[in-house]
Amino acid sequence: MLYFLSYRTMDIHEKQERIIKEFKVLGDWQERYKHIIKLGQKLDPLEEKHKKDENLVRGCQSQVWLIAELQDGKVVFKADSDAAITKGLVALMVRFYSGEDPDTIIVTKPEFIERIGMQEHLSPTRSNGLVSMVKQMKIYAMVYKSKLQQQAS
Amino acid sequence: MKEAVQSIATTVDFNRIRSRDFPILEREVNGKPLVYLDNAASSQMPRQVADRLDRYHRMEHANVHRGIHTLSQEATDAYEATREKVKTFINAGSTDEIIYTTGTTDSINLVANSFGRLKFGKDDEIILSQMEHHANIVPWQMIAEQTGAVIKVIPVTDRGDIDMQAYKELLSDKTKLVAVVHVSNALGTVNPVREITEMARQHGAAVLIDGAQAVPHQTVDVQEIDCDFYAFSAHKMCGPTGFGILYGKKEHLDAMPPYRGGGDMIDKVTFEKTTYNIAPFKFEAGTPPIAAGIGLGAAIDYLQEIGMDQIALREQQVVDYALSKIRDINGIRLFGEPEKRASAIAFVFDQIHAHDVGTILDKQGVAVRTGHHCAQPILERFGESATTRASFSFYNNEEDADRLVEGLNYVKEFFQTD
Repeated sequence: MLYFLSYRTMDIHEKQERIIKEFKVLGDWQERYKHIIKLGQKLDPLEEKHKKDENLVRGCQSQVWLIAELQDGKVVFKADSDAAITKGLVALMVRFYSGEDPDTIIVTKPEFIERIGMQEHLSPTRSNGLVSMVKQMKIYAMVYKSKLQQQAS
Repeated sequence: MKEAVQSIATTVDFNRIRSRDFPILEREVNGKPLVYLDNAASSQMPRQVADRLDRYHRMEHANVHRGIHTLSQEATDAYEATREKVKTFINAGSTDEIIYTTGTTDSINLVANSFGRLKFGKDDEIILSQMEHHANIVPWQMIAEQTGAVIKVIPVTDRGDIDMQAYKELLSDKTKLVAVVHVSNALGTVNPVREITEMARQHGAAVLIDGAQAVPHQTVDVQEIDCDFYAFSAHKMCGPTGFGILYGKKEHLDAMPPYRGGGDMIDKVTFEKTTYNIAPFKFEAGTPPIAAGIGLGAAIDYLQEIGMDQIALREQQVVDYALSKIRDINGIRLFGEPEKRASAIAFVFDQIHAHDVGTILDKQGVAVRTGHHCAQPILERFGESATTRASFSFYNNEEDADRLVEGLNYVKEFFQTD
């Protein structure tokens, strides 16, 4: 069983556990935020041509750009932000949802956010746009799901 | 002169006022004593106003303007007493000139929809400034679209002042209305509203002043300004949310049609024809937020007890102190260096996004506002998408300013920009 696990890519729940583990060793909020910022810095930069209004996630104080494409039945996300903390949170979301099939993205909540002590950023009334970003990712997944269904029929 | 100012300012013990009247400022946020510097968004409510609201809800509540019974009459008296207090507070000519609204935004919408519909025609011009809050832009755009009127915008100088020469050139006989902010929420600029009004007069244009950020911080005299309309909100001046004022000159209010229909605003209703009540009541349809209205009355009593001139002096001291400290921080740029400033200081870091600044300040218990402050045109004018704004009230002190500066230095350290 272990042998089998190590030879396939992590599923979304394993990714979730990995993220939680990663944050467990971090002590106070400073360390956690600094780690978030570092994750943002490591995020693959989004090409300038994608940083246009139509890719902006609405409802953000900081600007968040999100694009998606379908590769072999999986949704691949790319994103960026002009604010450091938001960019780190964006990086986590991309890591979590990118490469998953549409159904998984639609049904899976980013529960790790609460477990790593960042729940304040996922409050629906917070204007940093993380909620809007998750919503936008799910909309992309729904669109690709119906596209795949059309192709199949 | 400066010494005289200092000695006047010390006649009120503002630190005692703070600890006696504002228990919320004793709170901790994120494990740190709260430093509340978001007063331009909403001020805190003193105990006296909260107590007044509580007493009304517990012992005095009834609907107003309707009942024959004692409670209703008492509620009406208390609610209407606010009109008299507002009249005195802003030196209006009569209580008939004081219209109750739900806030500044509502006040401006009322003028746009009633006065605008009555007066604006095709190619008539509405002059706004580049530093307006969206509440003093969008209602005019909507009414311009409906009437064919055109909006002209007065540019703002590099320092953050209204370009008076450009304003002069924009004025013409086509100008029907000039709508300008008294104190800018985004820059802190205090505009020369008296002069702006006088210049509009020479072309027969009416003037609306958005006073939301002015009334809480200084003595406002609408007759001295001589404007036609003046709008402000209760919740920025120690009062409750959901209540505001539109001052309008009686000659205008009498001519203006109501823009919302319902109870309380009528004279006589039949299915054939309805005649309307007189101003201000014809603009106040339906059951109003009675408690909030009474609360505004209590807030005005409270502010007058301290004295608006004292408040202005005290805020100037703290803002000047904060400004001098913020100027010393490397890598920070003030957003707006106007000739005359009221309680707001906005700034940007060269390397750190305002949203990151606000998040790390919040972690240290310091509440500020970040973003575009509902004034996107003026941010765009200066090439910014977001700023951080610290806005002060009379209950803030030098220690709050120090905590802000300490917080900002920590933000720099956190993002290691030096």
